[in-house]
Amino acid sequence: MTTGPTVEPVDASEVARRAQHEAEESFGESEPRLDTEEMILNVGPQHPATHGVFRLLATIDGEKLIHAEPIIGYMHRGYEKLVEQRDYRQITNLVSRMDWLSGINNELPLALALEKLMEIEVPPRATYLRVAMAEMNRILNHLMFFASFGAELGAITPTFYAFREREDIQLALEMATGGRMHFGFFRPGGLKEDVPAGFFDQALKGVRQVIERLNQYEDLLIGNEIFKQRTIDVGVLEKEVAYSYGVSGPIARGSDIDFDVRKDDPYLSYEDFDFEVCSAPNGDCFDRFWVLVHEVAESAKIVEQAIEGMPSGPIMGKVPRVVQAPKGEVYVRTENPLGELGMYLISDGDRTPYRLKIRTPSYSNVSALSHVLKDTYVSDMIAILGSFFFVLGDIDR
Amino acid sequence: MNAIVDFLGGDIVVTAIVKTVVAFAALLLTTLIVVWAERKVIADMQARIGPNRWGPYGILQTLADGIKLFFKEDFRPRTADKWTFALAPVLAMVPSLLAFAIVPIGDHITIGDRRIDLIVADLNIGILYFLAMGSIGVYGVVLAGWASGSKYPLLGGIRASAQMISYEIALGLSLVPVVLAAGSLSTVDIVAAQAGSVSNVSFFNGVPVLEQIAELFSFVPNWYIWSQWPAFFIFLIAGIAETNRAPFDLPEAETELIAGFHTEYSGIRFALFFLGEYVHVVIISAMAVTLFFGGWGGPKPDFLPWIWPIGWFVFKTGLFVYLFVWLRATMPRLRYDRLMWLGWKRLIPASLVWIMVTAVVNTEGVSRNARLVVFGILFVIVLFWLGKGDPRLTGAVTPQRRRVHGPS
Repeated sequence: MTTGPTVEPVDASEVARRAQHEAEESFGESEPRLDTEEMILNVGPQHPATHGVFRLLATIDGEKLIHAEPIIGYMHRGYEKLVEQRDYRQITNLVSRMDWLSGINNELPLALALEKLMEIEVPPRATYLRVAMAEMNRILNHLMFFASFGAELGAITPTFYAFREREDIQLALEMATGGRMHFGFFRPGGLKEDVPAGFFDQALKGVRQVIERLNQYEDLLIGNEIFKQRTIDVGVLEKEVAYSYGVSGPIARGSDIDFDVRKDDPYLSYEDFDFEVCSAPNGDCFDRFWVLVHEVAESAKIVEQAIEGMPSGPIMGKVPRVVQAPKGEVYVRTENPLGELGMYLISDGDRTPYRLKIRTPSYSNVSALSHVLKDTYVSDMIAILGSFFFVLGDIDR
Repeated sequence: MNAIVDFLGGDIVVTAIVKTVVAFAALLLTTLIVVWAERKVIADMQARIGPNRWGPYGILQTLADGIKLFFKEDFRPRTADKWTFALAPVLAMVPSLLAFAIVPIGDHITIGDRRIDLIVADLNIGILYFLAMGSIGVYGVVLAGWASGSKYPLLGGIRASAQMISYEIALGLSLVPVVLAAGSLSTVDIVAAQAGSVSNVSFFNGVPVLEQIAELFSFVPNWYIWSQWPAFFIFLIAGIAETNRAPFDLPEAETELIAGFHTEYSGIRFALFFLGEYVHVVIISAMAVTLFFGGWGGPKPDFLPWIWPIGWFVFKTGLFVYLFVWLRATMPRLRYDRLMWLGWKRLIPASLVWIMVTAVVNTEGVSRNARLVVFGILFVIVLFWLGKGDPRLTGAVTPQRRRVHGPS
């Protein structure tokens, strides 16, 4: 799907249509007919609905979208190569910039991989704090997509409500880490430092507010008749197709793939917590969005439980002064807000990884776009782009 | 003084000139305030502050924006059609302004021995004139999309032409029942026909108990909103679509078509489009008030009797402008095909049926308003039922699937 910018999208049906059109012309119809042709429209790299430098080469016939080809790579920063030159503590801050809406969730698999390789025991307090922070970050991420999806459909108000909710959680994370987007807080073995006094209160305040107000926001968007019309049965991603493209996260769960790494391959201490995996059967924009919104409530529940059951103790395991992974390889996967994030770390015993292959969720998810976008309307295209919840940095890294 | 008046062509011409200038200035000033008020109100609805730097409560913000736009570079794409590109914003702006001529904003004032009606021009074909101006305004948007020589504006222009033409029909048809009921195309006559109280208008004449009950409602004014409310809703929906505002802002559609038909416009030309849109909002609101809410009618205390009608008119119009803003803050954008479906398959047939109902009921004379109310309720129930019959409109909410424990 990554092709050069000059490739013309040629479709078998399109060729046939053109041939038929020319044939009709050459036989000389008695009635004059309107000469129509398809238009090639560049959606992006600068377009408000693409959240960054994502480009869609669309062939349109009036309002109908005949063919669309996603073109990525405008933001490639070569992280996988770059991390081979940096030591493990620096990498934490690099991977945090992949999916910039869920920085702390990106740091997690790296820390887990190193701990697995170096056989470090992580104290329970650190694990619980990690769960709480990862879930708070998930809420931040999901609320952002809640905001942008509404805005893309033309409803501007939910955007601001979502941002208001984000702010309290954002503040809590800021208290602990000092960052608002890139936290750099997870270290191999534990956390950078313990959370300050007042962190738990602020975090609880934030998530309880989200739980309390989420229903109203749901009514505002999901209950809206126009919203339903624009999302139900629009951009259906079938279960089999989702499997074949390796789609994961809320998008896969929207397509009836009931898979969540937190439940199916628990890491940290997710098996201690009581939460539900939301999935929906139809695979359209509505279901994807529905799953996204309901996951917010589940995450908020996890944060509450984690803070209420927070053990005391150290926040850092026994880690050597120099972080140096022994020779070997390890694969760790976690449930990033947007899907399954996998890190395959090969170490040759040095202070830097020999190779770090990162499997990012957005990359696999947008590869299914071309299939879903076929034969829709231009307005649907925007709804579908919005409901695919991708972050450009996560696609290109 | 008299010499000058005579030179200009006598009383009538001078009053006309004064009225025009005052109306023009007032309309522009209103627009400035409406733009500011919209930003403030929407900000409040969205838990924000809104403009607050320029003047008290940021009231001069629009002025500052206007000045900024005025001094910006007037950019024209190389592929644009030069003259059409320049003509389009004027065509979008001027007809909206002109349409205001037939809106009666008050009763009349007396200066010396001259009686001055508070309307720029009481045309005997006022409604027709209003529709004509709206139709010319469509050209501005369509030509802007076409002349920009760019793909997104073209899409916006196509959407605009389809949308505005189909909703123009519904708008025109929704006014016919009102004209039938009032028996005149003049806006002044229509306002006059709505004077008085509902209980005076042969509602339940001769029916013993109901007559007394009707008497209790004598404080309710005899506005057309009661007897013509299906027409009102059709007018309102079509009117919102006419102004290209949410949820019918498809020609603009920021997140889909960048800025739709005015993507390539900047500076003062963009300002003209912008102004045209807001003037249009004011006009549609003013027309809704004039046609269905008794225009300037309202209680008139003795103190300064000429100012109360103006006050009522401004107040009612303001409520409608607020409704426009409210809708924008609440609604997502409709999809193109749904818009066409609503326009052609619902609004236009509905307005045709309602015209027939009004025409039939009106021929019978006695207690027609009561009949119209009954018919209106039946009519809307049928419409509602028709709407519910469409499976895509009912859109059942997804059944929930949740898994609580353990791997699948």
